[in-house]
Amino acid sequence: MNIHFFKLASLFYLLGTLAYLAYILFFKNILSKTAVILISVGFASHTLALMTRYVEAGYTPVTNLHESLSFFAWMIIGTLLMANLKYKVKVLGAFLTPIALILMLFAFALPKEIFPLAPVLKSFWHPFHVTFAFLGNAIFTLTFCCGVMYLIQEHQLKSKKMGAITKRLPPLNLLDDLSYQSLKFGFPLLTLGIITGAVWAEYAWGRYWNWDPKETWSLITWFLYAALLHQRLTVGWRGRKAAIMAIAGFLAVLFTFLGVNLLLPGLHSYSNW
Amino acid sequence: MELLVVGLNHHTAPIELREYLAFPEDKMEDALSKVCSLSSIKESMIVSTCNRVEIYAATREAEKAIHDMEDFLSQYHGLPMRKFEKNLYTHTGREAVRHIFRVASSLDSMVLGEPQILGQIKDAYHFSQQFKSSGLILHRLLHRAFHVAKRVRTETKIAISAVSVSSVAVELAEKIFTNLSTKTVLLIGAGEMCQWAARHLISRGVERILVTNRTYERAVSLAKEFKGEAILFEEMGQGLRKADIVISATHSPEILIEHDQVTKVMKERKQKPIFFIDIADPRDIEFKVGEIENVYLYNIDDLQKLAVQNIKDREKEALKAEAIVQDEVVKFVNWYRSLEVTPTIVALRKKFEEIRKRELEKTLSLHPHLSDGEKKSLEALTSAIINKILHAPITLLKQTNEETMADLYLDALHALFGLPEKSLETFSEKFDDQEEREESYFEDVP
Repeated sequence: MNIHFFKLASLFYLLGTLAYLAYILFFKNILSKTAVILISVGFASHTLALMTRYVEAGYTPVTNLHESLSFFAWMIIGTLLMANLKYKVKVLGAFLTPIALILMLFAFALPKEIFPLAPVLKSFWHPFHVTFAFLGNAIFTLTFCCGVMYLIQEHQLKSKKMGAITKRLPPLNLLDDLSYQSLKFGFPLLTLGIITGAVWAEYAWGRYWNWDPKETWSLITWFLYAALLHQRLTVGWRGRKAAIMAIAGFLAVLFTFLGVNLLLPGLHSYSNW
Repeated sequence: MELLVVGLNHHTAPIELREYLAFPEDKMEDALSKVCSLSSIKESMIVSTCNRVEIYAATREAEKAIHDMEDFLSQYHGLPMRKFEKNLYTHTGREAVRHIFRVASSLDSMVLGEPQILGQIKDAYHFSQQFKSSGLILHRLLHRAFHVAKRVRTETKIAISAVSVSSVAVELAEKIFTNLSTKTVLLIGAGEMCQWAARHLISRGVERILVTNRTYERAVSLAKEFKGEAILFEEMGQGLRKADIVISATHSPEILIEHDQVTKVMKERKQKPIFFIDIADPRDIEFKVGEIENVYLYNIDDLQKLAVQNIKDREKEALKAEAIVQDEVVKFVNWYRSLEVTPTIVALRKKFEEIRKRELEKTLSLHPHLSDGEKKSLEALTSAIINKILHAPITLLKQTNEETMADLYLDALHALFGLPEKSLETFSEKFDDQEEREESYFEDVP
């Protein structure tokens, strides 16, 4: 059952991506509105997919790569819908929706069966740990997109071009502001993710910190974002430097999430996938 | 009835002549009543802006009407015909329709796609309504013109990009700053260019203005005008710390703002972005300033280049707009045709129906014993005969697009069947309904 909802959600994310693509090409408001409706439907279906999987499996369905990717995509779309409420950056969805779609397709290609839960994952802390970690990651994805948009827009303005790209991207200050705001939400969540992880590790493995590759890399990620936040707060870093740093931070997020799983086996490897 | 326009515009006449022949608002009533009193003219409207003076009219005698309108222009303004004869243009029928559609869509404007002209046409139309000089035909024509203007605006990108230096500057500012109303503008120099750019920014929400000038008094008076604050020329550095947008337009032969100075200021501003607009010649701001992070420097040449680029884009869009106009001209002319044909069709049907009724009554009175069913059959039979007979000629009339042929047919029908004289007025009511529904065109146009 959950797979049907999952497929339906993917389909709507695909349609949403196409609508955003059309928006970028033709620059008509009706298209971005359509896209928001499409991904909202996708999000609802995705929520049902996660709920039914939870019921069918009997545990929070974030235990293997298929589930994690799907959960991550769900968080990204959720973040996008929230951001849309507060900020009028219509083009943001055109960046975030394709990312979610790719995660969904990736998840779709992986084994989707529900297995009995590994004993180590049976924990009170598990749902908290994954929710904090992935919500943080989703928000950093938004920060990353702002950074990319900022660099493009800044390049346009510095090279004195005022074409189709300039018109479609929001003003620099708005991008910088959104980037900063998202950092302020993402960073505490990442911190909570790491803390709940450490507490759980104490229960499961007997030690708070094991220098498992995932732990090491999440610490690296944490330091990158901590540095960015610090520089923004004290030295008044903004704009280009902040954008580059946000992009670097996101690459670390991606490596912590995917690179470690695929390349560096450790305690966090619970399934082959 | 024929539509026509007589007038001159920025393509055909110099500004002095246009000004001389213009109709100021307070003279409009008088002018319109004079045009209307001309026997050849049924409906009229005057468009008078700084770029054009045009009289639109509906008439039955085009030749005479053109002549009368030229005379009117000459007499009203007391200028002999020979002085402006060669500057006048006249369009009739289909070309007149195309002309007003192009004017309303700003395809005939000096600055392609500029939005004011539509408002000016609307005003002219309101005058003509107020003084009752326009009727069914101009009414419909203008509503279609507003509709065309709206289509052009929404279906092409003709009005989307800024085409003047100051509007390009504002557009850029809006791509750097989210909300201009919270930003501060520093004007260096008190010249015309500075004021112009500042006004444009104020119209887009800027509230805080700082002014500095070598002559402090000039700065003070300009600051007063903009409800801003004057600062001493020597304390320009202070201004740079506070301002988000700096417009510089002095006659200073040497550079006023240097790279090192701005680097220092940026540190003090905690890297808050700053947008320099250097419209001075020679430059007031060192070129290298633009390389500093979070600093955006545009000089007059950069702005001009962008404006020219946008004008080229507009010209491309204008081609699309011309196609829309063409499409709408065809639609209007078809409607117009139907207007001429419809009264005849109605009269023809009426005539036949009367004959049928009369003859049927005669027959029925001769045969009082007929049953209801038989009466109904007779009714149906006679109606069917009439419809079959009229079907071919009516279809032909409706489908004839060529004007002379249509007129020929109409005249023939009127003569052959002894129909009452061709008249539009009797059918005005019928179209009034339709107009009301289309009133929304007018309201929708921004």
